Amino acid sequence: MMVTSLRPKPGPARSYRFPRFKDETLPTGIRLITAPVGKLPLVTVLVLVDAGSTSEPRGKEGVAALTAAALLEGTTRFDGAELAEKFEQLGTSLESGADWDSAFLKITVLSNKLEEATKLLGEAISTPVFPEREIERLKAERLAEILQLETEPRGLADEKFSEFLYDDESRYSRPDEGSTESVGSLARNDVEQFYRSNYNSGATTVIVAGDISSEDAKKLVIEAFREWPSGSSMHQALSGKARRNRKTAHIVNKPDAPQSELRVGHVGLPRKHPDFFPTLVMNAVLGGLFGSRINLNLREAHGYTYGASSFYDWRRGPGPFVVSTAVESEVTAPALREILTEIDRIRSEKISAEELSLARDYLEGVFPIRYETTAAIASALATMAIYDLPSDYYDSYRTNIHNVSEDAVLKAARTHLHPELLQTVIVGDAATVRGSLSDHSLGEVTVHNA
Amino acid sequence: MQIPVETFRLENGLLVTLSEDHTAPIVAVNLWYHVGSANEKIGRTGFAHLFEHMLFQGSAHVGSNEHFELIQRAGGTLNGSTWLERTNYFETVPSNELGLALWLEADRMGELLPAMTQTKLDTQRDVVKNERRWSVDNQPYGTFLEKMQELVFPVSHPFQHSLIGSMDDLSAASLDDIAQFFATYYTPDNAVLSIAGDFESAETSRMVNEYFGPIHRGKARPPLPPMDLPPVFGKRLRELVYDSVSLPRLFMAFRSPVFGSEAYYAASVASAILGLRRGSRLHRALVRERQVAADASAFTFDLAKGADLLVVDVTARPETSAAQLEEEVEREIDHLHRNGVTEAEVRRATSLIETDLTASLQSAGERADRLSMFATYFGKPGLINEQADRYRAVTAEQVNELISERFGENNRANLIYVPKEGVESERVLAAAGTG
Repeated sequence: MMVTSLRPKPGPARSYRFPRFKDETLPTGIRLITAPVGKLPLVTVLVLVDAGSTSEPRGKEGVAALTAAALLEGTTRFDGAELAEKFEQLGTSLESGADWDSAFLKITVLSNKLEEATKLLGEAISTPVFPEREIERLKAERLAEILQLETEPRGLADEKFSEFLYDDESRYSRPDEGSTESVGSLARNDVEQFYRSNYNSGATTVIVAGDISSEDAKKLVIEAFREWPSGSSMHQALSGKARRNRKTAHIVNKPDAPQSELRVGHVGLPRKHPDFFPTLVMNAVLGGLFGSRINLNLREAHGYTYGASSFYDWRRGPGPFVVSTAVESEVTAPALREILTEIDRIRSEKISAEELSLARDYLEGVFPIRYETTAAIASALATMAIYDLPSDYYDSYRTNIHNVSEDAVLKAARTHLHPELLQTVIVGDAATVRGSLSDHSLGEVTVHNA
Repeated sequence: MQIPVETFRLENGLLVTLSEDHTAPIVAVNLWYHVGSANEKIGRTGFAHLFEHMLFQGSAHVGSNEHFELIQRAGGTLNGSTWLERTNYFETVPSNELGLALWLEADRMGELLPAMTQTKLDTQRDVVKNERRWSVDNQPYGTFLEKMQELVFPVSHPFQHSLIGSMDDLSAASLDDIAQFFATYYTPDNAVLSIAGDFESAETSRMVNEYFGPIHRGKARPPLPPMDLPPVFGKRLRELVYDSVSLPRLFMAFRSPVFGSEAYYAASVASAILGLRRGSRLHRALVRERQVAADASAFTFDLAKGADLLVVDVTARPETSAAQLEEEVEREIDHLHRNGVTEAEVRRATSLIETDLTASLQSAGERADRLSMFATYFGKPGLINEQADRYRAVTAEQVNELISERFGENNRANLIYVPKEGVESERVLAAAGTG
C-alpha cells in the first residue's frame, strides 16, 4: 500500500481581514495611514510624494529618480556617507526611488530603533543639500545603467516596447529614469528646483505598518516632518496616447542571439478604472498565472520558452498591456502566432467555468498570503493612496473578484484587448527571424539596430 | 525572538519540523531533498535541476501540471529550486488546504514514476534549455556561476560542474536516469518536511503519518566523493571572459569556512562589512569616493560541505577599464588584509543582518525553508532561533582573524568580464595578471 489515492478535501476556511488601519490628515496637510501589526518587533515607514516621472518637466526626464536618490546624499548636518552610516548602525533597511506616479523613501527597522531611524528619515527628506559632486556621481551611475541595457535583452525589449507603443507626447514613451541625453543634461539646479516644486505636505502620504500603535506612530511622524513645507500636488502628465493606430512589428537586431525576447501589446487602462476586476480576472486566464493559456501553450505544450506571461502595468495613466516571453530564435514566428491566437480566442468565446474558477479561486485565496510582511502591508496601503482607491478596497477585494462572471470576462476581453493595435517587439537575431515573419499577421515589420 | 519548533521522525526516516503561528490563516509546506547538482554523474550535468522540473509533471494520482493547478486553485503559491547541495519544493496555502499540499508532496515522493513519459521529458528538456538560454547564455554575466565553480573547485570536485548543465548533457538525459535518480535520492530518509504557520499540531502529525508513512525508506545512497578542501586556494586564480557585456565586472572569490561553522559567522560579517548596502567598505571607497565602480556588493554561497565561497562583485563605471577595476579592488582587499576591520564596522554589519533575519521570519514560507535548511544540513531545525545570537556574538577580533587567514593573495580567484568590443585592452589585462 502506497500513498492514498484519496485527495483530501479542504476543511472550513478560517476568516481573514486585511489589517485594520487608520487614515487621517495631519494639521500640516500630510496624509498619514497607520496599520498596527504586532507579529514581530518590526516596523516599515513608507513616505510617498507625488513626484514621480510623470511630474517631470519636458526635457528633464530622469530628474524625479535623481532627486529621490539624492535625498540620501547629504543633509545640512550630515554628508551622504555619514547618513548611510547612521541609518545602517541602526540596522535600517533603506530604499529611495521614483516610479511613474510617485517618489518614495522607505525604511524597515526593528521597533526599538524606530524612533531614531524615523527622525533620520525626516531629516533626510526635509533638509537635503544635494551636493554637486554626489549629483554628478548619481548621474554617471544612471548613465552606466543605460549603457548596460545595450547588452541586456530583457531591459532593452521593455524599453523599446514603450518607445514603439506610446506617442512622443506621452511621458510613457521615454524611459522612466531618463535617457542618456536627458540625464546627461541635468544639473544640480534641476534637482533642487524639482524638489522645491513637488515635495510638500499636500503631495505627501506617510504610511507606518508594524509593531507600533497609531498614536505613537502619529507622534513620530509629526516630529519627523515638523519642517515639511506646505503646498499641494502638482500636475502630472498622464496621457497614454498611442504612437500608431495600426499594428506593427519591430526587430531590434542582436546578431547571433540564442533567443528572441518578445513583447506584444498595446496601451492598456489606468489603474482606477471601473473594469479593473473583470480585466484582472481576464488577464489571469490569458497569461497571469502559471496555469494560464499563454504559459501552458508556449511552455508546457510547445516547450518554446522557460515562461510566458501577460500583464497590465497599472499606473495612474494608461500603462501598457503586454505579453512577455523569451523563445528560442528558430521558433519566434510560431510562438508569436500562438500569442496572437490566444488573444483572439479569449475575445471570441466565453472562458470555461473551470478557467474562471481557477482564476477567481486563486486571486481570492492568495489574498492573505500577500500581506505577511510589514513592507507588503505598507505597499498595499500605498497602492490605495496612489490610485485613490476607496478605504474598503481591501475588505471588498475578494467579493469583487468573486462577482466576476464568464460574461464579464468576455466583455473585458472584447473591450480592452485590441488585436488590430498590437505592437510587437523582437530583440533577437534578425537574420534568423526576419524571413519567417512574412505573413503580415503582425503588420509592417521594421528592423532596427540595437 | 524565538519561534516554536517541534521535531519528529517517521519510521521511514522522514524528518518533520513544525512551527505554529496563528496570526494569519495560511500555512507553508516545504520539503528539502538532500540532493543537488553535486550528486550528478559525469555526463549528466544539469540533471538534478531537470529532475526538479519533472516533479511538476504529475505522479500516480496527479495529472501533468495538475500540481500547479490544484495549489493555485486552492489559493496557494508554489515553486521549487535546485542548488549545489539540495533541491527544495514548497507551497504556501490557506490553512484549510494543508491536507492537499501534504498529499501532493507525498504522492510525488511515493509514486512519481507511473506518471513519467518520454514526451514530458522531451518537453521539459526544451523548457530547461530555454531556461539556460534565458538566464545564462543570453544574459550579460549570466555565465558567472558556472565559470566561478569551474575556476575555484578542483576538477572532479562535486561543486566544480555547472548547475544548469550543458546542452549536450541535457540532451542525453533519459527516462532510465529519471527512475534511477528517483529511487536513489527522492526517499523519505533523504528528505526533510517543514510546516510553518496556522495548523493544529496533533491533526497535522496525523496527516503527515497517513500520507508519508507508507512510503518506503531508500537504499544506501552512493557517497559523495571527498569534499574537503584546504582553507585557501594556495595561489592566485584568474580568468578573463570576453563577453557581450557593456561594462567590465569583477567577481573576486575567497575560499571561506563552511556554512554553519563557528568561523562562518565571522566570514558572513566580513562579507557584509565589504559589500552589504551603501555604507559598506567597497561601496564607500569605490562607488562613492573614488567613483571607479557603478556598483559593489559581496555575498557568501552558504555551502555546508567542503568549503564555502565569499564573493565580492564590483561593476566598473564606463570610463574604468577592467585592469583598473581589478587593481582598485585588489588595493581595497590588500588594505583590509593588512589593517582589518573596526568594532563599529562589525556592529553596522550585524545590525543590518539582524533586521534582515527578523524581516525574513515574517513569512511562513521563509520560516519553513530555513527550518528545512538547518534540519537538512545539521539535523537541528532549532538553529533557526540561534542565528541572531550567533551574529551578535561575532567580535572584530574574530573577523580580523578570518581576514588574515582568508584574504591573502594565495586565496583570491578573480573572474573578470570584459566587453568584447574593448578587446584592445587585452594585452594590458594579461600583463596585469600576476599568475
